[in-house]
Amino acid sequence: MKNTIAHRVADFLKNYPPFNEIGIKDLEALSQEIKIVYKVKDAVIFDEDEKAHAYFYVVHKGAVALTKKNDTDLVDLCDEGDIFGLRPLMANEDYKIGAKAYEESILYAIPIVEFRPFTNNHEGVANFLMESFASNTRNPYSIVRKGKLFQEGPEVTAAKPTSDLLDLQTVNYSKKLVSCSPNTTVKTIASRMTKKRVGAMLVLENKLPIGIITDKDLRNKIATGAFPISARAKDIMSAPVITYPTKMTMAQAQMAMMKSGISHLCLTVDGTPNTEAVGIVSKHDIMLELGNNPAVLMKAIKRAEKFKKIKKIRHNIMNLLKGYLEQNIPLTLISKIITELNDACIKQVIKISLEKLDGPPPVKFAWLAMGSQGRSEQLLHTDQDNALIFENVDEGQLQATKAYFLDLAKKVTKGLNEIGYEYCPAEMMASNPEWCLSLSEWKERTTHWITNPGKDQVLLSSIFFDYNRSYGDAELVGELTAHILSTTQKYPIFFVHLASGALQNPSPSGFFRSFLVEENGAHKDFFDLKRRALMPLVEGARVLVLSSQVKSINNTAERFEKLAELEPNNRELFLACSYATKALLKFRTKQGLLHNDSGRFIALDTLTKEEKIKLKRTFKTIKELQELIKIRFKVANLVG
Amino acid sequence: MIGFFKKRKKNFPDFWNRYEAQFEEKLPSDISKVRFVVLDTETTGFDYETDRILSIGALSLCDNSIAVNQSFEVFLDQYFYHPKNIEIHGIMQEEPKERITEIEALMRFLKYIGNSVLVAHHAGFDIKMINQALRRHGMPRLRNKVLDTSILYKRSLIKSPLLVPQEQYTLDQLAEKFDISTKDRHTALGDAYITAIAFMKIVERLRQSKNLTLKKLWR
Repeated sequence: MKNTIAHRVADFLKNYPPFNEIGIKDLEALSQEIKIVYKVKDAVIFDEDEKAHAYFYVVHKGAVALTKKNDTDLVDLCDEGDIFGLRPLMANEDYKIGAKAYEESILYAIPIVEFRPFTNNHEGVANFLMESFASNTRNPYSIVRKGKLFQEGPEVTAAKPTSDLLDLQTVNYSKKLVSCSPNTTVKTIASRMTKKRVGAMLVLENKLPIGIITDKDLRNKIATGAFPISARAKDIMSAPVITYPTKMTMAQAQMAMMKSGISHLCLTVDGTPNTEAVGIVSKHDIMLELGNNPAVLMKAIKRAEKFKKIKKIRHNIMNLLKGYLEQNIPLTLISKIITELNDACIKQVIKISLEKLDGPPPVKFAWLAMGSQGRSEQLLHTDQDNALIFENVDEGQLQATKAYFLDLAKKVTKGLNEIGYEYCPAEMMASNPEWCLSLSEWKERTTHWITNPGKDQVLLSSIFFDYNRSYGDAELVGELTAHILSTTQKYPIFFVHLASGALQNPSPSGFFRSFLVEENGAHKDFFDLKRRALMPLVEGARVLVLSSQVKSINNTAERFEKLAELEPNNRELFLACSYATKALLKFRTKQGLLHNDSGRFIALDTLTKEEKIKLKRTFKTIKELQELIKIRFKVANLVG
Repeated sequence: MIGFFKKRKKNFPDFWNRYEAQFEEKLPSDISKVRFVVLDTETTGFDYETDRILSIGALSLCDNSIAVNQSFEVFLDQYFYHPKNIEIHGIMQEEPKERITEIEALMRFLKYIGNSVLVAHHAGFDIKMINQALRRHGMPRLRNKVLDTSILYKRSLIKSPLLVPQEQYTLDQLAEKFDISTKDRHTALGDAYITAIAFMKIVERLRQSKNLTLKKLWR
């Protein structure tokens, strides 16, 4: 009898090599025998030198990191549809690399006994596995599978740690060619190139490449008036085409481009123009492969048409961040660049989501990032906190308008989740009707918070008031900001509550300047860097800046710098605060990258003496800042 | 006098006695050693008296893994039949699926579950449906421990004054939260699969916040 789950498994596997070579009937029979394994983040699937399992694995959901001992870098990162743990299938020996869940993952474990017949009967399967195993990269087909890449913008593969040998890697090329015939008009060509977002188009005759048209040809030959707009492809194409075989390394491709002074290479079956064209390599593709360059990543983000693509790019952003931190580049600069890139990712997610909806937004709207993201302090993947604000509409229209934006927000939050932002556990997301409001509703709500500053209201304000527009109409946001500032001026008692909230955080150090660690819970004996050190600074900066009516500076370090400017007599303290914020943020980011988490909880025994001293130095600044807030807002009166 | 308090031994069929005998063994306290059976039933409706089970899907979960070939799926031959349900479940009587009698299904089900811990979404309903079927055939209720993913999920949410939990969470909502594809929704085994994945993720979230042992799961 047909098994629903086996069917479901087969339905997934059939999209990925080598399973795509197997008939669906056989695949369902095979799926019947597999095991579905759930792995929590960081759970070990197998260790280096562990005895071989009776299975090999396919990633269904999540990601798996392949690692080697004595090497902190990843050997490889396996994504959805990638296979790993092939050694037992190939050789009767122990694992040579370890595998552990990089994210929460669901794996399909394929029993080797059941699978072996397929390797014998299907040449494609055997070849794929051999190649896969030999090259240590999980998917030699990826080049081909990434066929869509030409149309959808180049795919970013996770940068290989062996970057010095990258030049020797085979080049990734786009297989889905954008091409035209010799008689296509220039106008059609130009509009297709625009639509497909490519910089070059091959001219094919009987599948053979006879010429190529690039942006440059259009500029030099049409825009100059040398040829009329009614010209045909054959009139303006560059010919003959310079062709190369598909098996070429990055270094070769670069050399070829330099040698001929061209930006696109045409790849054919045997490398001559007399065989079918199979792909195109652009300079841009190579740049992307070679490096982590913010400009290139930015371009890749803007070209991404699927959430999945953005997720891959975000892996690269993380690598970039790691590199910057290793090179000790100033944090201000790092966070600017990373924030820009993260922002671009969010924007692109919103753009993609908007296209998925039936119609354009009925009125103007803005997407707000709240919390750390709003303050541009989010360097690592953390939770998403966001809100949506839309233009006021008539009473009668409100429901329908809100429904539209909720639908949009659902798509966006799902997309953000897909690219690596966890859902906010407290549902502070625009997909929650409470956080998707019209301008006047927002005004009403913020007024309520400011005029009734209970514990919850202060907490909500402290999260919301760091909002930053990530997408949409600036005027809406500006109007809300002006409203909040003028309301807080009328109710100065609000600041007292906000200030007292800022002093509620537990102290970082004890009487003898020893670190205070968590006493219970999952993080017992860890130091809570966020709550004990960063939050007092963040919250202090917020209340001081709000009460000084400073608009549109969200970043904590920048806020302190601004305060230093406004209050020369406290200049030294504020600059120290700014410095402390940056130091702590950098520290947290490094810790987070090291452990692939948010970096919030720190095991003190892993720190060097120097690091501990650095940390402690910031605590002194925090204490001074808290004293200043206590006196300025007369908080003592309130908390008694 | 003592004999009066002794449980009156009824004459239950062998398969019931074999099932019941397994409960003499204690459950392991380590969660990773416990066998969970995640199940879902499709029924003709929601009335415990008049409605009947059309199919039972279940899978066995041990140490966070599911072996596909050890799943359980039966379709019942119920002369009792509500046409309106066909629309939801797509279980047609004419469909060439192997159909078995209710008693046969119960026999296979009891053998399958043994003394495992049962898990279902809104478990109360499925368990009561099965218990009603057992009663019709003169047998007592299921002896297994039962966990309800809708209740566990609520417990896994953070306690925050800013988050007001819903009264009920549907399986669709869970699937959305945990990014589980819902393409086999409304087949018993398909729903059981969604429930199983959600269950593992919920337990993990609970485990992160507390040192979870099996006992704490049904606290």
